[in-house]
Amino acid sequence: MNPPESSAIVSASNQVIVLREVWKTYRMGDQDVHALAGVDLEIERGSFWAISGPSGSGKSTMLNLLGCLDRPTSGEYTFEQSDIATTTDDQLSDLRLKHIGFVFQNFHLIPQLTVQENIELPLFYQGANPEETALRARALADRVGLADRLSHRPTELSGGQQQRVAIARALANDPSVILADEPTGNLDTATGNSIMSLLTELHGQGKTILMVTHEPDIAAYAQLQLLMRDGRIESITQSKPSPIGAPTP
Amino acid sequence: MILARFARNIRLGVKTLLLHKMRSALTMLGMVFGVGAVIAMLAVGEGASKQALDQIRRLGSQNILVTSQQPVAQSGSGSMQVRMNIYGLLYDDLDRIVQSFENVVTTVPAKLIRGQGRVGSRTLELRLVGTTPDWFQLVARNKIAGRNLVNRDLTEKANVVVLTEHGARRLLVGKEIVGSTVRINQGYYTVVGVIQSESMQSGSMQTPDQNIDAYIPLSVARERFGDMTVRRTSGSRTRELVELHQIIVQVDSTEHVESTAAGIERMLSNAHPNADYRMSVPLALLRQARATQRTFNIVLGSIAGISLLIGGIGIMNIMLASVTERTREIGIRRAIGARRKQIIGQFLIETVVLSVAGGLIGIGIGLLIPWLITMFADMPTIVTAWSVLLSVVISVAVGIIFGMYPAMRAANLDPIVALRHE
Ligand SMILES: Nc1ncnc2c1ncn2[C@@H]1O[C@H](COP(=O)(O)OP(=O)(O)OP(=O)(O)O)[C@@H](O)[C@H]1O
Ligand SMILES: [Mg+2]
Repeated sequence: MNPPESSAIVSASNQVIVLREVWKTYRMGDQDVHALAGVDLEIERGSFWAISGPSGSGKSTMLNLLGCLDRPTSGEYTFEQSDIATTTDDQLSDLRLKHIGFVFQNFHLIPQLTVQENIELPLFYQGANPEETALRARALADRVGLADRLSHRPTELSGGQQQRVAIARALANDPSVILADEPTGNLDTATGNSIMSLLTELHGQGKTILMVTHEPDIAAYAQLQLLMRDGRIESITQSKPSPIGAPTP
Repeated sequence: MILARFARNIRLGVKTLLLHKMRSALTMLGMVFGVGAVIAMLAVGEGASKQALDQIRRLGSQNILVTSQQPVAQSGSGSMQVRMNIYGLLYDDLDRIVQSFENVVTTVPAKLIRGQGRVGSRTLELRLVGTTPDWFQLVARNKIAGRNLVNRDLTEKANVVVLTEHGARRLLVGKEIVGSTVRINQGYYTVVGVIQSESMQSGSMQTPDQNIDAYIPLSVARERFGDMTVRRTSGSRTRELVELHQIIVQVDSTEHVESTAAGIERMLSNAHPNADYRMSVPLALLRQARATQRTFNIVLGSIAGISLLIGGIGIMNIMLASVTERTREIGIRRAIGARRKQIIGQFLIETVVLSVAGGLIGIGIGLLIPWLITMFADMPTIVTAWSVLLSVVISVAVGIIFGMYPAMRAANLDPIVALRHE
């Protein structure tokens, strides 16, 4: 209750993610593969990051770790003030459920569920009441421009539409962080750009966005460019204020 | 709220299963046949055993029946034309039983004589039962009209007869029954009462009224017919000298039935070395029937257990395949924030829905088969409520037991690996 403590908490909460000397090591036969080799990183609330780097440099590993799907082999990882090293599996699930929205390259929608049911999924696991859930799903579908596709199956949609559904689903739990692993990787340029403008819009609304991408054009949408190589952060650069192709308000 | 969520989970489970209708149907088949067979077999067994038990119970659990029978060795004696068979229970035996056993409450002797009833031009083959009033107590039967035999009939050697409903109806159609006169063989008898017929069922037990019986006082039977009967069979005549055809002994309580029966047996075996009598103890038969039923149930239980095991393994097999097939779905759900328990719940619900659906169809079949058996084979069947209830419980249990392993497999998948699964 003393002032210095509370101010420390406020300043800490401005950092959604803090990594300190994080290693992720996979054992392949008798060889250790260091997918992450001593990563230090702080992610501020509301920032928009593009993570790039050569294949095998550890981008996906890092994103999975940041998304609380995994724990570091060593080092410290604090997500929303929770120390990930000491959390249980259920607590990790709850963190994902409360704070994180995933968007994947392959969309990863559940084929037997309708668009509406896919969007409702996080709310379903949160145990929200069915009427509110349905209302929210409808609003989210409207927001990504798919209000008329609610009862469709994912296979009946185009790639861009599927990715919009995935984004709507990622937004359902009102997450603080959106993690996107090559969200435009399976889309043509025009569709990719429309997805990117959607993400930019979300960033404008205060979401923290971390996105892995190969394409410099896509990376240019972000504020911060993080380059990885051999499991390490090689560089972090601030991009110019208004990238080419970004929507002008 | 929780119920609504549960209902929703079940609905989603059903929906997922309906995506593969054929596969789900085939998966359920083991449960369908397992449960159906259990209920049907239990119903048939229960029906058969109830029939047997009823028959035995009708004879009275406190009673001991001693019946005369022609010894095997004796049937060849005498000349070819005229045989003279002397065997069976004696009036002395009756007296000895009455005197020797303190637990014996009542004894009822009976003479059984073939006879022909006649009223006007109507005739009816009868079995005359010469007995005492106590008979009507021991072999409980509803009185329909008039009265039973009384002691005065015996002492006064009254020419009275008690008919069964069956016999009365056949002989005295449309007539005032009580008070009518019936001619039986050479004598005339006044009908004093009518009792209910025993339903004619085949059974191993001989009771004095398997045929259409007519009851007359023992003293009258003895005087009119003597102890000698003549039977004509294919040209040769057989004469039989039998004093009493049957003695029914009632014991004061069921606990003393078997010891008393053993005592009577010991006594009679001394007096009748050629074994010209037969004893049956309904209580012992009852016990035996129960033991048989228990064995039957154990065998049935094993068959049921095995079939349900096979049904369960079938379900488990399909669910394991389903988990593999849906690895990516599991990864997605986990990434979104589903806990392990929720994944387990999802798959368990699917298996329980499968097994319970199979079980319910099985119950339907299990109800239908006994009905058909009763309809077309005329065999009694009884579907017990507990067998249906047990089937429902077993169906749920099979779903949970055999769904647990696939569900755990699904829940323990690493979400990252599951997401990468093609
Ligand atoms: N489950 C695992 N087991 C063993 N090694 C792994 C595993 N996951 C990743 N690796 C290794 O870690 C390294 C980093 O992999 P990661 O998937 O993070 O790379 P990436 O930067 O996402 O590559 P790409 O651009 O091709 O997607 C690679 O050398 C990879 O082989
Ligand atoms: Mg990758």
